Amino acid sequence: MDATNIIEAKNLTKTFGKFTAVDDISFTVKKGEIFGLLGPNGAGKSTTLRMLSTLSRPTKGTATIGGYDTVKNDMEVRKLIGIVSEKMIIYNRLTAKENLFFFGNLYNIPKDTLTKRIDELLELVKLTKWKDTQVGTFSTGMRQRMNVVRALLNMPQVLFLDEPTLGLDPQSSVEIREFVKKLNQEQGTTVVLTTHMMVDADLLCDRIAIVDHGKIISLDTSTNLKKIISGADTMIIKLEVANLTQDIITAIRGLKCVDAVTQENSLSLHIIVHGEEAFDNIVDIVRSRNGKITSMANLQPTLEDVFLHITGHEVRDSADQKIPMEHGPKEFRPQRRVR
Amino acid sequence: MELFRNRLGLVLLVVMPLFMMVMVGFIYPSGGVSISNMPIAVVNEDTGFSGSTIPSQTFITTLQGINNQTGMMTLTTASSLDEVKDLVQRGELSGGIVIPSNFSQSIYSGQQGTVIIVTDQSNPQISATIQSVLTSVFDEMGTMMAQQQVQSMNPALNATSALAVVKPLNVQTQGVVPGNPSYFDFVAPGIMAMTVMMSVMTGLPVAISQEKEIGTMDGMMVAPVNRLSILLGKTLAQTARGLIQGVIILALAIGIFGVTIQGSILLVFALLLLGVFSFVGLGIVITSFTKDQETAQMLMMTVMFPMMFLSGVFFPIQQMPAFMQTISSFLPLTYASSALRKVMVLGAGVPQISTELIILVAFGIVMIAIALPVFRRMMTR
Repeated sequence: MDATNIIEAKNLTKTFGKFTAVDDISFTVKKGEIFGLLGPNGAGKSTTLRMLSTLSRPTKGTATIGGYDTVKNDMEVRKLIGIVSEKMIIYNRLTAKENLFFFGNLYNIPKDTLTKRIDELLELVKLTKWKDTQVGTFSTGMRQRMNVVRALLNMPQVLFLDEPTLGLDPQSSVEIREFVKKLNQEQGTTVVLTTHMMVDADLLCDRIAIVDHGKIISLDTSTNLKKIISGADTMIIKLEVANLTQDIITAIRGLKCVDAVTQENSLSLHIIVHGEEAFDNIVDIVRSRNGKITSMANLQPTLEDVFLHITGHEVRDSADQKIPMEHGPKEFRPQRRVR
Repeated sequence: MELFRNRLGLVLLVVMPLFMMVMVGFIYPSGGVSISNMPIAVVNEDTGFSGSTIPSQTFITTLQGINNQTGMMTLTTASSLDEVKDLVQRGELSGGIVIPSNFSQSIYSGQQGTVIIVTDQSNPQISATIQSVLTSVFDEMGTMMAQQQVQSMNPALNATSALAVVKPLNVQTQGVVPGNPSYFDFVAPGIMAMTVMMSVMTGLPVAISQEKEIGTMDGMMVAPVNRLSILLGKTLAQTARGLIQGVIILALAIGIFGVTIQGSILLVFALLLLGVFSFVGLGIVITSFTKDQETAQMLMMTVMFPMMFLSGVFFPIQQMPAFMQTISSFLPLTYASSALRKVMVLGAGVPQISTELIILVAFGIVMIAIALPVFRRMMTR
């Protein structure tokens, strides 16, 4: 084992009946790293996280955390980790302080230490004022901050975050991101997070694993991932047409030089293309159908584009997609958890 | 702590056993307690014997005398059998007593006097009660009349001896313990046993599946805590809850319904705990198979209802058909409630209930032996 690797996953596989949620995933996470699993819902991110955090037993393969096997030495692993799950792990009828005491006691922390730590943690997320209020009355943002500090009670070396910004307003999302970043920098906590939000991955993660259909398709730093696009002769075009029709979109999609088309709003399209004639071809298509181009720009690639480029479909749920499926109907993917 | 913040839950914890007791206790007839003031009409068609209607008058007086003691009936008069039938059909009467025209004549001419009882067949419970009450009235009257006749035939006899001639045999009922137990005495131990055991068997799956659903279960599972201690904690909490309910039922039974405990109260609690023990395994098995709260609750209903009726909690097992008795002999609740009843009503000690104790312990051990491997597998899914 490489001493700098705090997490090593080898051939992790998890099947639920006939459905393979995680398909032979292997990766390592270095100590002090923020590692992101990026992918659409149902890609197997959460399942991977649950296997790493001993909540689920892998069907095949092994994972070690701090050198301990997640199945054979699960108790040791649990001492090292904290988990912020998608479902908030807090009792609504208990106050902030009672919640933290309850979960703190599960870790055998001496009472004085625990009391001190709870005060510090509540101060850290600016909830000291509300420490004796029942959590059920908190806003979602406040609850999520509670949920995060709850995972830090045992000062974990590895913190798992499952969709930490899901359902939060932009400001709360920023707060959580900054908090995680600070934790990583000041305490050296290794962070593994899953997300389908490009911003989270882009702003937080040192390295990102793009997960789709239970497999890691690509694993690299954000910058390097983007180079997949900018390095090749691939371009991102933002096209605005005053009288955009479905006919035009279909025609553009039919072009050989076009890799993917996403409709952003009623006027503008987001197109990933390759080849030198791409610009001309698109303009020709639009003009030949009496489209009025109001703007056309060459964009910097984002992670979203990378994802689109690699997988051929969007990160967002298919339900969010404004355009019909690009590669025929997506296969049925059972959602293991209810959102 | 969580429970105390849930006010409704807390109230229901107390109210549920109360309802159960009150409903079962009051609805089910228990001797003279629950049936009273039944409207009964008396029709006297007796034409007398040479002008004398003494026998029918005596009959009515005796009837009124007995009724004044029990308060079971409200007596009215009606003119004919047809009127009584009509009133019963309308639901204004529960029954009627018709003294036919030849009543006095028959008696004076040395024949049996017959009285017709009209009953409301749509209500067998009341109809049976009227029959038994009237039968005892006739019995008493017959005895009295015979006694008088014997005495008149042989004036040397005093009243007691005359009675001995007429009715040489008499029955006196005596229970194992003094007092006359009511239906509450019968049903209270059963309800106690049922509530406590059910709270473990059904509360456990509901509590755990609820925690799984809101996600707090994961919080406990990622902590370095033994899975079994999580289970043990949940079990203890449910046991405590069940025992509290048991105490409430006991307090209600004693305070409101006048139930007395003949045996040791410590033994009562020991039995309740043993009952819990015998059900823990079953509770864990159900827990392992239920994924969400709804399923848990549904499963709970499915298991609870047959248990309730087949374990002799509400009705004596001996009343049931043979195949049901066989089923009930496989249910641990049967033994727990029977043992509890023996202790509470009959004042039995440990030796008298050893069979029940052994069965409960054995059932508990077998179920836990099955449950633990199942639970382990569920947790590491």
